Amino acid sequence: MAARRCVLFLLYSLLFSVAEYRSSCEKSSDNTGEEQSDAIREVKSDISGNNQDERQWLSTGVEMDKSVEAKDSESFRPAPKDQFQEELIIKPLQSGDIYASFQFRTLWDTDDLQEGNKVSHYRLFPKSLGQVLSKFSVRELHISFTQGFWRTMQWGQPFIPSPPGAELWVWFHDTVADVDENWKELTNVLSGIFCASLNFIDTTNTVQPSASFKPLGLGNATDHRFLRYATLPREIVCTENLTPWKKLLPCGSKAGLAVLMKSEKLFHSSFHSQAVHIRPVCQDEQCERPALELRQTLNVVFDLYTSGQGKKEWSLFKMFSRTLTEACPLASSSKVYVDITDNPEGELFELSPATPVLSQAVVLGDRRTYSVYDLTKADTFGQLRSLNLLLRWKGDNGDMLRALLHVERYVAGFGLQTGEIHTLVYNNHPFRAFPVLLLDSVPWYLRLYIHTLKVTSKSRDNKPSYIHYQPSKDRQRPHLLEMLIQLPPHSVTEVTVQFERALLKWTEYPPDPNHGFYVGSSVISALVPSMVAMDTNVTQEHPLFSSFFPVKEESNYFMRVYTEPLLVNLPTPDFSMPYNVICLTCTVVAVGYGSFYNLLTRTFQVDEPSLPLAKRLANLIRRIRGVPMLT
Amino acid sequence: MGLLSDPNRRRALTNLLTRLNTPICIVCYLAAIIWFMGLAFEPFTLRTYMSENAMGSTMVEERFPSGERALSTAKEFDAHKRKAGGMPVEWLVKTMQARGLEVFTQSFSRTLPFPDENKERYMVRGTNVYGILRAPRAPRTEALVISAPCSPGNVNNQAVGLLLTLAQYFRNQVYWAKDIIFLVNEHDLIGMQAWLEGYHHTNITGMEYSPLQGRAGSIQAALSLELSSDVITSLDLILEGLNGQLPNLDLANLFYAFCQKLGVLCTIQGKLQRNDWDTTEGYTHAAQTMMLMVLKQASGRAWGDHGLFLRYHIEAASIQGINSFRHYKTDVTTIGRLLEGMIRKLNNLLERLHQSYFFYLLPSLSRFVSIGYYMPAFGLLAVILLLRALDLWVHLDTPVLAEVDGVSEAEQSSSPGLLSVLTPVVISHVTGVALYLLPVQLQEMAVEHFPVSETEAVVLTAIAIYTAGLALPHNAQRLLSGEGTEQGWRVLKLTSLLYLAVLLGCTALINFSLGFILAITLVPIAACITPHIPRALSALAVVLLSPGFVILYCVFIYQELIESPVSIREGWMLYLSVISQGILDHFLYGSLVYPLLALFIYPCWLMFWNILFWK
Repeated sequence: MAARRCVLFLLYSLLFSVAEYRSSCEKSSDNTGEEQSDAIREVKSDISGNNQDERQWLSTGVEMDKSVEAKDSESFRPAPKDQFQEELIIKPLQSGDIYASFQFRTLWDTDDLQEGNKVSHYRLFPKSLGQVLSKFSVRELHISFTQGFWRTMQWGQPFIPSPPGAELWVWFHDTVADVDENWKELTNVLSGIFCASLNFIDTTNTVQPSASFKPLGLGNATDHRFLRYATLPREIVCTENLTPWKKLLPCGSKAGLAVLMKSEKLFHSSFHSQAVHIRPVCQDEQCERPALELRQTLNVVFDLYTSGQGKKEWSLFKMFSRTLTEACPLASSSKVYVDITDNPEGELFELSPATPVLSQAVVLGDRRTYSVYDLTKADTFGQLRSLNLLLRWKGDNGDMLRALLHVERYVAGFGLQTGEIHTLVYNNHPFRAFPVLLLDSVPWYLRLYIHTLKVTSKSRDNKPSYIHYQPSKDRQRPHLLEMLIQLPPHSVTEVTVQFERALLKWTEYPPDPNHGFYVGSSVISALVPSMVAMDTNVTQEHPLFSSFFPVKEESNYFMRVYTEPLLVNLPTPDFSMPYNVICLTCTVVAVGYGSFYNLLTRTFQVDEPSLPLAKRLANLIRRIRGVPMLT
Repeated sequence: MGLLSDPNRRRALTNLLTRLNTPICIVCYLAAIIWFMGLAFEPFTLRTYMSENAMGSTMVEERFPSGERALSTAKEFDAHKRKAGGMPVEWLVKTMQARGLEVFTQSFSRTLPFPDENKERYMVRGTNVYGILRAPRAPRTEALVISAPCSPGNVNNQAVGLLLTLAQYFRNQVYWAKDIIFLVNEHDLIGMQAWLEGYHHTNITGMEYSPLQGRAGSIQAALSLELSSDVITSLDLILEGLNGQLPNLDLANLFYAFCQKLGVLCTIQGKLQRNDWDTTEGYTHAAQTMMLMVLKQASGRAWGDHGLFLRYHIEAASIQGINSFRHYKTDVTTIGRLLEGMIRKLNNLLERLHQSYFFYLLPSLSRFVSIGYYMPAFGLLAVILLLRALDLWVHLDTPVLAEVDGVSEAEQSSSPGLLSVLTPVVISHVTGVALYLLPVQLQEMAVEHFPVSETEAVVLTAIAIYTAGLALPHNAQRLLSGEGTEQGWRVLKLTSLLYLAVLLGCTALINFSLGFILAITLVPIAACITPHIPRALSALAVVLLSPGFVILYCVFIYQELIESPVSIREGWMLYLSVISQGILDHFLYGSLVYPLLALFIYPCWLMFWNILFWK
């Protein structure tokens, strides 16, 4: 196995080094390999026209480990100081909807940030972010704004998952003395940069997960004291968040793929998610110097019924009301990928203009095939000098998918006193069990009864092998619950915990208390057995000798799934009647308390009838005379 | 309080109250009735208005175009229903999927405690089908429900057709902020109960159901649709839910506003609104409408599929299409537009419906009586009980003047012998428990020994226990404690009066109509009863005003009000079925009227019966 991989590795290196000298456009291709696709192999086929039957695969069965490949690809040529790449992946979904994912990657060769030095020279990397990173000693920063909920059962898995609302998680450098202070300032600054309500992140919704969020970049930080995680499930994402996000791109929205981002179209969709991920990566193969990677992603799902008017026909113009005319001049690579895996013979949909360039990648445990349109090449745009991809569905809509890992969450019960949070985790793999890490962050005003925590799968108790629980403190910090649960194959695992609804102080209610209170999504992180390894009878594509043992590097892949947020009603006083309440209270106090007090403290004694005036006068005289008084 | 702390003035006050007790009570009783009847008089009521800002001023346009398609879908549904001999689950799933919804099914089964003869069902097994329209860019936190029951026979096909067509139309719109659940439930209320329990993952009635696969967060409002003809003359709004719960008045206002806008005739309790309030007919009409609402609310039943939502704090109403002989007809397109408008406005809600009233009576759709207006009518009746209790208290121990009434019960009753008072109380309540438990428990035994069906057995057992209760305490009391003293019945009456006052007060707070109907019949008994009045005559009066007979009167009055009077015999059959329905409602949906009557009101009434035969 190892020997074989070694040979393949050499082959692969050779292929790329040859490609490097051939043309500049191919040179850039090797860096895309580290994108969400695990191992991309560029394939040139020498067909002309769109006769798909004649496509030939030059290399098959080349499987590379992700990290090895990522490091390799950067080693073949001297890295330029800064680098920018852009990509658009279009994936026709089974439901007839269409998924468009933009990925922009800016590499910044600097290692000075770590020491807290001031860096004043910026080329492609946005200065606003660079300054923030250096000021607050941020090692990694992940921020996402999402409007809508990813429908796993209809759309499959997203490339980069994100929960509804805003999510922010940051790893600080371990030199930071006061992490909480830095975190607070950072959220306020980011709030300004992204024009979002991130300043509402405070200690009551920040947690420090112990296992769920590991650094994605270089470094081996494990001390979760330097990690902060917060979500704002109520955050509404709109154009005012998109504009600052677009400004971070080197070309802005003036050239390249970003011209497609017209907000009226992007927000006329079923799902909209934009994110910024910053992490340290290697500059070269030896990894002597780190570089900073800024990854900006934007994911949109266009709805067949509302945007497509029910016609199963998609084009760039229909989706974005623009077409592509050029690549961003600053970009070293600029490509459009269209997922044609399910469409090898063109029986599902028709894609025009056709492209001879194909690429294969293992994405989320599945081997996918893509048509590639390279925007840096003039012939991509054809006669009209513009690229308007057209995708015409032929087949019928598919059924609902059976995603391998699927989660659902809801509040059970009725009434305003107690309730129960149910989290259902589905493992739809027919024969493989796998562990998942569940992270739940619940606001303090839902008082979790942690003794009622129950995990059951197949109606049997399923004891989590790891539990990290941090109880909440009223008005200070939320509950944090992390559990490692083994999911039996083909099962539903149910996690239930009861809670009591707290009665808030009257100033703590939001302006619309009857709307309810949001509880952020739980996060499920898992190593999922991949579809590739699940295929036990696929022999036609692989040589027999290669397919007996499940292929190691593809057998599992990392996946993160977010549940839906919850909307919980708390007992709410009737704020519209303060006047009545004041009147009633005052009356009760005045009448009830006053008279009771009167009754309780009054002493009863028999009155002596007062003497008539004449007798009193007589007594006065008698007192002077010293004679006994009259009565 | 100075009034009470001064012995002289206090004596004067108590003297006044005891001397004028009977006149005051009579005045209160009459005033309560007059007040209540006055509630239907238009100048005394308020005009309804939309309180919820998000629904009031926002503009929506109704554009639903495809009424014809709804009718053809209804025909198709009918054909498939006939073919499947019940709910065409597969066809519904396929149709909803084709309209771009996420479709799920839920199967359920329920064995009734005894066969339901009205609907001819005992072992119920069925399937609910629902499709969720996911709102674009919404995180599945809020939802609205539109439901249509799949009824046997030729009924309600148009509702399902309209539901499916609305789903198709709604799916193509972008403005949804809340998910919309389209639900077709089988076996009307039982299916709805199964679905709601499944959705909220509770089990309060012993239903067996398969867990739901898809949810859409917390449901904000629900509309249930009943439509059985292609054209209709008017739409009827049904609000009364389980245990007399009502949805927020804004939901009724919304319906009324859209009926006005689209020119659809709308009714409540099946009665059109009249404009001539100053004529006798106009007033009678309003009073009849209100009385119908009171009777329906007092029954504690869910009068439509919406009734079960209210327990979960979901505002819901049923909309029923009525096709009578009037020549002014409305087509399905208009109904679709009306529903579209309502749903769109509900979609605009930023908070749960809470601005308007939850406690109200409606003499017509445009007029309402709020809790502040109708509660005095009940208060006047409750005052009678308290006045009589005060009177008794004063008479019981004239030498020791009470500081505050209503305390140290045990100390007082010790003087005539605790046992002689406690015995009737305990025996009455044991009878009440028997009335609650035995009818359903003993049905098999009854069926073995008597030639009756299970349902009849339950009802007749209930009536038998009810009647037996009249004899039991009266005999047992004599056996156990021998001679009753004069003091004894006074203490017993005092206890019963306060007990009844608390019971009725609590009932009226939750379900005003039930509390008021019980008060208007029980208060005269409670006020007048002594062992010294002519026995035979008063015994007849007490029996005629007992809770059992009150139900009978209500049946007749209800039939009279809905303009289908029944003969005595029909009325009796109806009465029997009402009792069986009441018991079923308790076991199937958790209605509280049957236990309330059996465990509390009936024993309380028995205590008064006991006083009458005190020796």
